[in-house]
Amino acid sequence: MRNINTTKIKDVVSELCIKANTSLRGDILRALKKARSKETHKTSKRILGILLENAAIAKKEKRAICQDTGFVSVYLRIGQDVKLTGGALQNAIHEGVREAYRKGFLRKSVVKSPILRTNTATNTPSIIYTEIVKGEKLTITVVPKGIGSENKSKLKMLKPTEGEKEIISFVLEVVKEAGPDACPPYILGIGLGGMFDKAPFLAKKALTLPIDKPNPKRHLRKLENAILKKVNKLGIGPMGFGTKTMALGVRILEYPTHIGGLPVAVSIGCHVTRNASKTI
Amino acid sequence: MKRITTPLTKSIREKLKCGEEVLLSGTLYTARDATHKELAHLIMEKKKLPFNLTDAVIYYTGPTPKRADGFFGSCGPTTSSRMDYFTPFLLRKGLGAMIGKGRRTARVRDLIKKHKAVYFLAVGGAGAYLAKKVKSSEIIAFRKLGPEAVYRLEVKNFPLVVGIDSKGKDIF
Repeated sequence: MRNINTTKIKDVVSELCIKANTSLRGDILRALKKARSKETHKTSKRILGILLENAAIAKKEKRAICQDTGFVSVYLRIGQDVKLTGGALQNAIHEGVREAYRKGFLRKSVVKSPILRTNTATNTPSIIYTEIVKGEKLTITVVPKGIGSENKSKLKMLKPTEGEKEIISFVLEVVKEAGPDACPPYILGIGLGGMFDKAPFLAKKALTLPIDKPNPKRHLRKLENAILKKVNKLGIGPMGFGTKTMALGVRILEYPTHIGGLPVAVSIGCHVTRNASKTI
Repeated sequence: MKRITTPLTKSIREKLKCGEEVLLSGTLYTARDATHKELAHLIMEKKKLPFNLTDAVIYYTGPTPKRADGFFGSCGPTTSSRMDYFTPFLLRKGLGAMIGKGRRTARVRDLIKKHKAVYFLAVGGAGAYLAKKVKSSEIIAFRKLGPEAVYRLEVKNFPLVVGIDSKGKDIF
């Protein structure tokens, strides 16, 4: 048994919120550089240059990469031999988010009720997911996602007799509908299986996976490559002009599903898809 | 690259061509979802607006809070299509130009042509870079809306691409 005080969790959540919002992921940075080097469209090439300059300014001057600093999701993997001490876990997480958004000059984009729409002025609450695993470690992943890309994300319940072909055509439909609106080039997170609620959860979680590491599952790796190839033939790129790079990467997560269905969810990630993790 | 300065009068707007890259200097007013709803209500009720829309430029953004140095950390465009429903009210009041990202509806495009307005695209997701083009800012209305309040911004060489020109030509 190992004791972890929830004050420590608050500190880590706060640190991760600022890190995710000001420091662009290394894999995305490398992908943007690669996209710029092979781009032939003049305006698109210049825009990709601005995106790289933006990332450099944000990191150096500790500015938010994007003004939409998101609604924060927090994923916790808690070892079953961890004993949490101190105040309530949920409060510690919200307090960490609140502190980061105040100290880091990040935008507060959360309203209290979808109907009444009063800003909570703290960017809290966050959305918390917990998973209990073996061991005595605790891993925290913070995902501050903007609404521009979230608004374009979609779920479809396919028939169990459908498969890769129908999955690809749904993904293309979603990406075409997002078009230039949600800050391409995109990262696509795809969730397959589970039930109605599980697929979108997996899709969003897939966005946190590095885009330059191959999927360990062969059938998913094949599907990721096929989707990336087709999406990049759509001819939409940075800011939406005709170009070579519509998506920087595709990641898929799957889960067992019911004999009668095939849920597919697509989470659109913009070119500043943000997350940061730490294990304590 | 062409440099233009506010107010964006009809004669300046008419010379801008779809796809053209420009650097804009002068005054912008920020407004996004909740603000557009408020402005449209004021127009419908024939009430006084917090700023004069004639030849004005509205920037669809909700900046991050001001830092210790008094400047925004990040100030990039938000998705324009969410404003489409309210845009006709503002165009009829003389709005000169809009800055955002992404597509507009056919209705907005037609009204841009009718009123000889312009729709500009700014680089989405480049908020830190764009914030450095903002030289000063002050809240002039709807303070209670927090990041959605109307700020008057003074910008210098703000990089834009003409998305829909005054003849209704659309880059998408």
